Amino acid sequence: MGAQTSYDIAHLIGATVLMAGFSLLYQRRLFAVLNTFAFQALALAAAAAWQAHIQHAPHLYVTAGIALIFKAIIVPIALHWLVEQLGIHKNVETAMSIGWTMMAGVALVTLSILLVLPVTANATALTRESLALAMSVVLLGLLMMITRRNAVTQVVGFMALENGLILAAVSAKGMPLVVEISVAFSVLVAMTLFGIFFFRIRERFDTLELADLETHRGDRQ
Amino acid sequence: MSAIVWQLLQIILVVAVSPLITGWVRLVKSRLNGRIGASAFQPYRDIYRLLQKEAVVAHSASWVFRAAPYVTFGSVWLAACIVPAFTTNLFLAQAADLIALVALLGVARFWTALAGMDVGTSFGGLGASREMMIASLAEPAMLMVTFSLSLISGTTAPAQIIAFVLSGGVGIEVSLGLALAALVMVAIAENGRIPIDNPATHLELTMVHEAMVLEYSGRHLALMEGASMVRLTLFMALIGGLFAPWGMAQPGDGAVAVLVGLGAFLAKCFILATALGVFETSIAKMRVFRYADFLGGALLLGLLATIFLYVSEAV
Repeated sequence: MGAQTSYDIAHLIGATVLMAGFSLLYQRRLFAVLNTFAFQALALAAAAAWQAHIQHAPHLYVTAGIALIFKAIIVPIALHWLVEQLGIHKNVETAMSIGWTMMAGVALVTLSILLVLPVTANATALTRESLALAMSVVLLGLLMMITRRNAVTQVVGFMALENGLILAAVSAKGMPLVVEISVAFSVLVAMTLFGIFFFRIRERFDTLELADLETHRGDRQ
Repeated sequence: MSAIVWQLLQIILVVAVSPLITGWVRLVKSRLNGRIGASAFQPYRDIYRLLQKEAVVAHSASWVFRAAPYVTFGSVWLAACIVPAFTTNLFLAQAADLIALVALLGVARFWTALAGMDVGTSFGGLGASREMMIASLAEPAMLMVTFSLSLISGTTAPAQIIAFVLSGGVGIEVSLGLALAALVMVAIAENGRIPIDNPATHLELTMVHEAMVLEYSGRHLALMEGASMVRLTLFMALIGGLFAPWGMAQPGDGAVAVLVGLGAFLAKCFILATALGVFETSIAKMRVFRYADFLGGALLLGLLATIFLYVSEAV
C-alpha cells in the first residue's frame, strides 16, 4: 500500500470523527447523544490505531486502547447508568434550533480551514488536512458545550472537544507525550464527570448520603 | 454501434429488474420483522394484476390526472437510461449529465404533485405540499453533491466521472466520503423511504408519496408504482456507479466485460437493497417538521465535501 493511500485512509477516519461531531449536534435524545459519542470515540480509537500502524509508533496503540476502553465503553455506559438513576429528562434542551446549530457548525469548519491554511503554508496538503479536521472537531465540541443546556450534553461536548485534541496529537508525526496527554485528559474528563454528577445529586436531593438517596429511587416513589 | 445495443439493453434492464429490487427490500424487511413475507417476485405479479384491472378516474379529474402517470414514468425511465448501470458505453450518456438528471426527476415529481392536487381530495393536496417541501430541500443537496464530484473530475456527465474514477484519477478523498453520505440522504428522501416517508404506510396522515397516488387505480397506478421502483433502481445505479464503479465495462470493451458489468451491477443492487431493508427496519419515521434538519444536514455535508476539496488540494 502506498504512502498516499495510507494517508487517505487516515483522513477518511478523521472525517468519520468529524461527522460524528456533526451528528452529536443533530441528536435530540440524550441516549442517542451518548451512543453517538461512543461511536465518535470508536472512530478516534480507529484513527489512533491506524496512525500507530502507518507511523510505526507502537505507543499510539496505547492511546487507541484508552480511547476504546475508557471513552467508547466505560464512559457511555456510566453515563447511561447515571441518566437512568438520576431520572434526568431524556430530551436534549438546546439554546438554538438544530438547523442553526448545524449551520454554525459548518461555519466553524470553514473558519478552522481558513485558520489552518495560512499557518501551514509551508506544510504539505496532508498535514493541512489532518489539522483542519482535528481543529473542526475541537470547535464543534465547543459549539456543543455552548448550545446545550443540560449538564450531561455539556460534558459530552467537552469530551468531543478533547477527542479533537487527541486526533490532532496522533495525526502529527513525531508528536511527543501523546500517550501522557491522552491519560491526563481522561483523568480530567473523569473528574469533570464526577464533579458534575455530585453537584447535580446535591442540587437535587440536598445531600450526598446514599442512605438518603435510597428514598428517591424511582421504583419506590 | 455497440453503444446503441448496450443502451437498448439498459433501457430494458432498468425496468426489468426494478420490481425485483423493490420486492427484495420488502422481503428483507419482512424477515427482519419476523414475518415470512411475500416472494421477492411479488411486485411483478402486483403490476401484472394492476394492468389487468380497469382504471377508475374521479369525476372531478382533468386531463392532468390521466397524463401524469405517463409523464412521470416516462421521465423517470429516461433518467434511469442516462445513468450508466453496467457500462459507460451508452448512446445517451453524452446527451445528458447529472444536472439534467436532477431536472428529469424534478419533472416527474412536479407531475406527481399536480396529479395529487388535481382530483381535489385533501390528502392529495397534503401529500403534494409535503413532496414539494422535500423537493425544495433535497434538490440543493443533490446539486451540491454534483458540484463536488464535478470539481474533482472536471465534468458533470456521469459516464465521464465513472471513467475518471476507474482510471485512478482520484484516490480515497474525504470529500468523496462526505458526498457519498449526502447522496445517500438525498436518495432516501427522493425515494420516499423511512425516515422521510414510509412506503408501506396505510395511515393517510403520515403519507407523502402514497397520498398523491391515492386516487389512482389500474394501469395508472401500475405506472406510478413502476416509476417509484425504477427511481429506486436509478439511485442504486447512481450510488453504485459513482462511488463504487468497479466492474463497470468501458468503451472498447467486449461482451465479456459487459457481462461482468451486469453481474457487478446486480450484486451492487442486491447489497444496497439489503442495506436499505436493514436501515429501514432499524429506524423510525421522522416528524414532518424535522425534514428540514435531515435534508439540511445533507446539504451541509455536500457543502463540506466541496470545502474539503480546497484543503486537500484535489482541485
